[in-house]
Amino acid sequence: MAGLGVGRAVLFVVPALALIAAFLVFPALWTLYLGVLKYDVTGSNAAAPEFVGLHNYTDALADPQFANSVLLTLAFVGLSAVIGQNGLGFLLAATLRRAAGWVRTLVNATVLLSWILPGTVVVFLWQALLDRNGGTLNALLGTPGAAWTLDHPLATIVVFNVWRGTAFSMLLYSAALDAVPTSHLETARLYGSGPLRTFRDVVLPHIRGHILTNTLLITLWTFNDFTPYMLTGGGPDHRSETLPVYVYRTSIEGGQLGFGSAISLIMLVINLVIALFYLRLLRRRGG
Amino acid sequence: MRSRPLAARSAAVLAALVTASLTVTGCVSAQHDEGKTNTQRNANAKHATLTISTNAIIGGKNAQEATWIEKTLIPAFEKAEKAKGRDVTVKYQQNGIDDAKYGEKLELSLKAGGGPDIFIIGGDSISEYAKAGYIKPLDQVVGKKADNWAGWKQVPKGVANNVSMDGRYYGVPNGVDGRVLFYNKKLFARAGLPTHWQPTSWADILAAGRKLAKLPGVNPIQIDAGTPMGEATTMQGFLPLLAGAGQQIYDPKTHKYQGDTTAIRDVLNFYRTLYATDKLGDLKLQQDPNGRDQSFSEFSSGKLGIIGESDYLWRSVVCPDKTICTATSMPDRDSTVGYALIPAERPGAGVAGQDFVSMSGGGGYTINPNTDYPQQAWDLLTFMRSVTQIKAQLGGTVQITANKQVNDQILKTDPALTFIADKVLPVTRFRPTEEHYSSVGALLEEASGQAAAGKPIDEVAKEYQQGVVKVVGTDHVTSN
Repeated sequence: MAGLGVGRAVLFVVPALALIAAFLVFPALWTLYLGVLKYDVTGSNAAAPEFVGLHNYTDALADPQFANSVLLTLAFVGLSAVIGQNGLGFLLAATLRRAAGWVRTLVNATVLLSWILPGTVVVFLWQALLDRNGGTLNALLGTPGAAWTLDHPLATIVVFNVWRGTAFSMLLYSAALDAVPTSHLETARLYGSGPLRTFRDVVLPHIRGHILTNTLLITLWTFNDFTPYMLTGGGPDHRSETLPVYVYRTSIEGGQLGFGSAISLIMLVINLVIALFYLRLLRRRGG
Repeated sequence: MRSRPLAARSAAVLAALVTASLTVTGCVSAQHDEGKTNTQRNANAKHATLTISTNAIIGGKNAQEATWIEKTLIPAFEKAEKAKGRDVTVKYQQNGIDDAKYGEKLELSLKAGGGPDIFIIGGDSISEYAKAGYIKPLDQVVGKKADNWAGWKQVPKGVANNVSMDGRYYGVPNGVDGRVLFYNKKLFARAGLPTHWQPTSWADILAAGRKLAKLPGVNPIQIDAGTPMGEATTMQGFLPLLAGAGQQIYDPKTHKYQGDTTAIRDVLNFYRTLYATDKLGDLKLQQDPNGRDQSFSEFSSGKLGIIGESDYLWRSVVCPDKTICTATSMPDRDSTVGYALIPAERPGAGVAGQDFVSMSGGGGYTINPNTDYPQQAWDLLTFMRSVTQIKAQLGGTVQITANKQVNDQILKTDPALTFIADKVLPVTRFRPTEEHYSSVGALLEEASGQAAAGKPIDEVAKEYQQGVVKVVGTDHVTSN
């Protein structure tokens, strides 16, 4: 293989590595460092942080609120991303292939709109929708005074996130389904294969890679998503306090920067584990 | 500098970490100032720019204050400085957000070594800000003249204490408030309750609530609880109740916070009775991020019987003037809204054996120690606390200011504020000047929310106790 030579190769990657070091590795190490400090936004530990070793980590792991957040995050990711966005995205992509042109355009535009609008705008609209007094949903259902975000906080953010993020899965699966050769589908039909069978034996092998990639991406996005905070504020009573919200509430609202950093690092590790898990699945498929 | 080796395992990791931590320790302990000790720096600058920031915005939150600063104070001050041969431009940063969020924003900008030159600080934050190096005693920032300011003579002692720590001034006070129980006389009449009402125990409050509960569509009682209301929960609810149960949250003599004590459990029990067992209040208002505003709109529209609030409600929420109180203004406030002292749990059971209790807040304007123009900033600070400017700030409204002369002139025009000044301030308490107060306060909010939601008191109190111990250590917690 004709190479660049080590010298030139290094020259080429140095800018990229420098950027990664400055904006990824360094902040990660910084987080690691802050995580071993008692370091607050105000008070004496703001001026002179105290070294506390792994105390923040043991504190976090012993905090029932942390365990609550991990479980909520898993439920949020599982229900809204892995099942919700994936499922709905695929269904839309599959159904729209056979739909009339104008229907496809209309649905595409609507779904995309919920994805591309800024989070603050969207949340404002959802607040108007779910408001306890005079919200649109209560008017439609004839349930005046129903406090959706207070009575069903997890369900609220799950439905919201499905609505918000389905567009990506839909687009990705539309493209993926285009890659399934029409001849295979026709052959399947000629042999009398039903839709489920066709999906399992013809479509699935072609789009498995897409499913994994899509699931990996939306899992990580949802895991780190902060938008639910704008809708429910993590409440009531921590019932929609996913990990990013928990980090915000402890480090910014509670002012415990060191403790927040420790949790952030734990989140980073969980993210890496998720990514590795999917990457292994992808590789197994390739090999 | 602190010890920093992080017990790294491999040489490579160790090297990386040490490099990182060296850099980072630099950042983390980078103390603002040190170079900025000269109080006379830039005193003769040809041109100076000052920024002032408050949580007020023209046409929105605290509109009166924002309009005063932007339209009256700044032009007048710039003109006065020009007359002295100084060219000073003042920029006003308006905000119209939740108080807690505003605090977070301010703290983060101070942490980054920035922030406005002049800002408002609550008396309860002085300790935690000073310990962090965000504020300094005024004599250190502008020199001895801060202590010799003529205006101090007009400041009542308790109010001056509220902007001081260890006998040194950290700001120039802007006023003081007090908490009472406001009630709707029309609803009281309909429920068969006296329109001149003064409960003498917590049981009296609940008894009134039970009568109000019989009126259809009426929410009987609102005593702030839970985390979404933030500091309003502690100031309007928990701390006055705690004072009524005979305790203050922090004892400066023993340096101890209240942990799982009888008084704390009594307060939690009151919340639980009010919201969970007897359902004399609307639990959802305590859980909704906009619950406090909703409680205001309920009270102003005659759907809420009793609300524990500061005189802020009277002045800035239900006042008859629509330009100040906007949607929640009550044209018939003076005849409809009554006010009563907050009773102790039982007569004589309050703090210091009192029958009635209250909590007061308030704070003052302070100067960022990092300012480039400390002398100009001091000029502005004293200018804005002149009698003329205090009156301009009030406009047509009445408020207990930090100036006796102004108070003597204006309070007699408003019976509610006369009541606060004469009856409430003598029995009131202030929040502790201790740096962990806000963390403990957050735990009180959490605990009150849990109790209101009906969780058993023993469990709530135990969790609260564990939380306080975590914040201040076992040695600084009382429990019995």
